Amino acid sequence: MKFKRKYLSFPYVLFLICFIIIPVFFIIYYAFTNKGGAFTFDNLLKFFSDSTNVNVLLISFVYAILNTVICLLIGYPLAMILANKNYNRSSVMVMLFVMPMWINFIIRTSATRDVLNWIGISTGANSGLTTMIGLVYNYLPFVILPLYSTMLKMDKSQIEASADLGANRFVTFFKVIIPMTMPGIVSAATMVFMPTLSSYVISDILSEYNVVLFGSYIDLYFNQADWNFGSLMALIMLLLIGISVFISRKFSKDETGGRTSLW
Amino acid sequence: MVKRPNTRKIVAKSYLYLILFLMYLPILVLIVFSFTKSVELGVWTGFSLQLYKDLFANDSLMKAIGNTVLIAFVSAVVSTLLGTMGAVGTFYARRRYKKAVETATQLPVVNAEIVMALSLAVLFKSLNLSYTFWTLLIGHVVLTVAFVYLNVKPKLVQMDASIYEAALDLGATPWYALFKVVLPEILPGIFSGFLLSITLSLDDFVITQYLKEPSFETISTYIQKIVVKHPIPPEVRALSTILFLVVLGAVIAITVYNNKKATKVATMRRK
Repeated sequence: MKFKRKYLSFPYVLFLICFIIIPVFFIIYYAFTNKGGAFTFDNLLKFFSDSTNVNVLLISFVYAILNTVICLLIGYPLAMILANKNYNRSSVMVMLFVMPMWINFIIRTSATRDVLNWIGISTGANSGLTTMIGLVYNYLPFVILPLYSTMLKMDKSQIEASADLGANRFVTFFKVIIPMTMPGIVSAATMVFMPTLSSYVISDILSEYNVVLFGSYIDLYFNQADWNFGSLMALIMLLLIGISVFISRKFSKDETGGRTSLW
Repeated sequence: MVKRPNTRKIVAKSYLYLILFLMYLPILVLIVFSFTKSVELGVWTGFSLQLYKDLFANDSLMKAIGNTVLIAFVSAVVSTLLGTMGAVGTFYARRRYKKAVETATQLPVVNAEIVMALSLAVLFKSLNLSYTFWTLLIGHVVLTVAFVYLNVKPKLVQMDASIYEAALDLGATPWYALFKVVLPEILPGIFSGFLLSITLSLDDFVITQYLKEPSFETISTYIQKIVVKHPIPPEVRALSTILFLVVLGAVIAITVYNNKKATKVATMRRK
């Protein structure tokens, strides 16, 4: 057999099939069978007939939306300042804002909780607030990088043109700068929204289990060995991710967001 | 009016430093109180290096640190090999094949970690496999391999496509051409994919928690088990200081290296 360069990819493709694609089919199988292995829609019906399940999903949506909005509100001006040569010329400064991403996530999250408790914001009594703070702490670095890189690429002459044509700062910001940075905003939002929905350790640590996000909920059922129901919820999560990827692709050509590259 | 740009600059800079301060506050508190003996966070009982001694005397934590580094390194090496070969092979394949592989590659990038962890756990359980180092390794490779692929691919696209054929025309064997001609071109992508794999694996909790052997602890799982019920153990403050310094050193080194490379390219262009 003659050597073809394509053959080099076979181990990778085999790995993808065995450990990424086939496992998804296992989840689908478990989601639509009962403990005895017989086909059933019971898990699906059980999910939507019990308001507790649906409420967990809705509450997770609220936290995910709030987290995305707060991270963007803090991160957007920050990225603007970092990308502006008058205020910042140092690339080390940019890295400092991204660096918390690389300090162990469990240490960071529990440090946030311990410090909040120390300064008197008790995680038991203010679970909602402390969970929110923990989420923002954790996801802020992820919005800064995509926003910063789109702002660097921004066409400055359009901003000057807008000013020359008589637009004030306010109008220029909303009609010129925001639309130009939309791909960055969308990719930043996708890096926060879905991960918040599926996050499972942050809310556990920061709310003493008072706030249960969808990720924690899936984990809960799975740990009680109810694989079938756990798999159904994982499948719902996967569908939600699919929908969000579809929506973000419509808005932005940048397929992979800022996470594929380290710098 | 003359003063206004200055005020804007002060406001902008203050905002920058305020957010930076808040972002690092929790970790800074840990660092400061790692230099005192007090068990309780926020109580200063005089300077001491006792917690650092305690850290190195804590065998299970030291073992967890070793395990974390081991799995990160091994999984990064495996991912780098698989991902690089995958990217090179797919790059030279037909369009339909390429499209299928690339779609599948996106799955672990966008997927939630808990879904990946759960789906692998279901797979292993169905096959009646018990959790070992190998199941954990597979989990970490699933987590990281797509990122290697995505870091190598742009380098292949940027590469001059004819150099491989040129090498063959000049008498090189396909292997020789791949190693001596293609590999040097894509090396920076392989390297950044490797680094990204390491960082993703070091930081991982969810996949590790689901797929590890029960007795095998990493830094994340070891600390999580304690902090769900208790404050951070005092010696972990010392560990945080060390981790912080290591990450800071790496970040500065890489940024400076990248800047130097950028200036070098710029001066070469000017010549």
